[in-house]
Amino acid sequence: MIQNQPDHRQAEGCNSPERRDFLTKTSIGIAGLAIAPGMMLYEVAQARPAGEPASNKVRWGMLIDSGKCETGCNDCVTACNTENGLSGGTLDTDSQWIRKVQLKDTLTGHVSSLPMMCQHCENPPCVDVCPTQASFKRADGIVLVDKHVCIGCRYCMMACPYKARSFVHEVLTDQKTEVPRGKGTVESCTLCVHRIDRDGKTTACAEACSKAGHNAILFGDLNDPQSDISKRIRAVATTQIRSDLDLNTGVRYEGI
Amino acid sequence: MSSQKFSRNESVYFYALVAIGLLFALFGFLAMHAMEEHGHIITGMNNQVVWGTPHVFAIFMIVAASGVLNIGSIGTVFGKTSYKSRTPLAGLLAVSLLAGGLSVLMLDLGRPDRIIVAATHFNPTSVFAWNIFLYSGFFGFAAVYLWTIMQKHLNMWSKPAGLLMFAWRVILTSGTGFIFAFLAARQAYASALLPPLFIVLSFAWGMAVFLIAQASMFAWNCTAVDATMLKRMKNLLGTFVISSLYLVAAYHMTNLYFAKQTAFEMFFLRDGGVYPQVFWIGYVIIGSLLPMVLLYLPGFGGAKSVVAASVLVIMGSFAFLYSFIIGGQAFPLSIFPGYEVSSTFGDGQIAHYAPSVPEIFLGLGGLAVAYLIALVSNRVLNTFPHDAAVASKNDD
Repeated sequence: MIQNQPDHRQAEGCNSPERRDFLTKTSIGIAGLAIAPGMMLYEVAQARPAGEPASNKVRWGMLIDSGKCETGCNDCVTACNTENGLSGGTLDTDSQWIRKVQLKDTLTGHVSSLPMMCQHCENPPCVDVCPTQASFKRADGIVLVDKHVCIGCRYCMMACPYKARSFVHEVLTDQKTEVPRGKGTVESCTLCVHRIDRDGKTTACAEACSKAGHNAILFGDLNDPQSDISKRIRAVATTQIRSDLDLNTGVRYEGI
Repeated sequence: MSSQKFSRNESVYFYALVAIGLLFALFGFLAMHAMEEHGHIITGMNNQVVWGTPHVFAIFMIVAASGVLNIGSIGTVFGKTSYKSRTPLAGLLAVSLLAGGLSVLMLDLGRPDRIIVAATHFNPTSVFAWNIFLYSGFFGFAAVYLWTIMQKHLNMWSKPAGLLMFAWRVILTSGTGFIFAFLAARQAYASALLPPLFIVLSFAWGMAVFLIAQASMFAWNCTAVDATMLKRMKNLLGTFVISSLYLVAAYHMTNLYFAKQTAFEMFFLRDGGVYPQVFWIGYVIIGSLLPMVLLYLPGFGGAKSVVAASVLVIMGSFAFLYSFIIGGQAFPLSIFPGYEVSSTFGDGQIAHYAPSVPEIFLGLGGLAVAYLIALVSNRVLNTFPHDAAVASKNDD
């Protein structure tokens, strides 16, 4: 009989509201501690979980300060080539996703230089003219080419005001697994989309520019008012190249 | 060669002509295969001049295809019965030329194996995508049109079919002009004048192709084109050549007036080396002024002059397209107005382009496809324009 008697003390202790509350809070706390670093990183880096589509809440872009861009420095170009598995050749038939352009003002003689790549337009002419929708703009503003749908007509190259696209003229070997490319298709700067989808931190060119100490390329979310790029764009006069075309480019420049 | 001897060996000559066509088609196939195997690296095209000689051939054939059908429209749509006997020939030439032009255009793609993707992934904002419908519609409507013309009991439908065909080809040729007109950032193109210019050019080039085909068929049958009819057609060709030249002049005059376009016009018309030469000598002199002399100068204007003028108009069309397409791309894009620019990617520099053998053979292969279709179908079908049959109607 004794063993059948309820142990009021134990029962009260185990099921008391204080104990339940303590266990609940502790569990949440432990779980929170376990998840928090990931959550924090996610919030800081704004990377998307795998399988989730790109969101138009984000618009990735770059601000390039030609005043900080060192004439003769080619680090951004080299980094892009390494990151994306490009040969680095500069023949007419070689792919160049980013190039350094030397500018000389015809009136004042002022000389400057800047990197030029796909401007990731909000209204991209390449997307408008592509017959197969291989050229497309992601919700987060990145303009890409679907290598499986591109038929290699090169109409997008004719339409691009920035000459940002290259055609793969010959057979490729040793491609990067993260950056698929193919003979007979058109390609251009992807804004290092594979990096962005991985951790959302920065592009290879911006990283290389920072490493070289120039910090001429600032990458970030143009839609986030608290991002460095948004703050900078609000603070200084910036330019869209060929702004007369009203394409609302994702890549902006200052100092030109 | 006597006509009797020719008649005896007529079949042999026909098969010899077929053999020549097949030989060039084979060269075209080999060129396509080489481009497919090695990529566009074996062509003269590059990242600055992305459309080259194949596009010159392809656009000539597509524009001429639309224009040659004009002869049919004159008969069925505008009621000139003397042209009605020419409609079957015009229709077959149109279909042949379009097939040849599209062959070149498709086989020049970086991935011609994916052509079906163009039908399964349709982009409604792309004029290229519209053209896929316009071209396939052209084939379909041309077949129906020819059917209503060549089947006596369907003749009553020939006028509505002709009207539809007329509207369709005006839209189609406008579409070809729009391919360039929509290129907002290119100094050489981006003009609303281009669609109407291409329509007028199509009239001239199509008429020239028709006159050569007609002369060949009459010579083959040892007879001559009715003199009145030839005079009318000759005058039409002259009118179209003059109209084209006028629109081309208007296009360049407008550009010259805009300060931002002056540098391009100076390049295109004077300083650009091979391109001004091809434009002035090839298009203006050989392709326009000389044909006008042959058509209108007293003492000229006979059957041989008309054929010679037509050949020159076609030569001029290639010169026009070469300077327009390749010269237009060779001039550097104005990305930074007010700056001198340089880079490793050809910024601020005149782009280099030299046509390669595979490109030329791919283009000639397309011409061979058009030639073979026209040659065989005109032999199989009754397309010979019988002027005697319509002369009595005295339509105009």
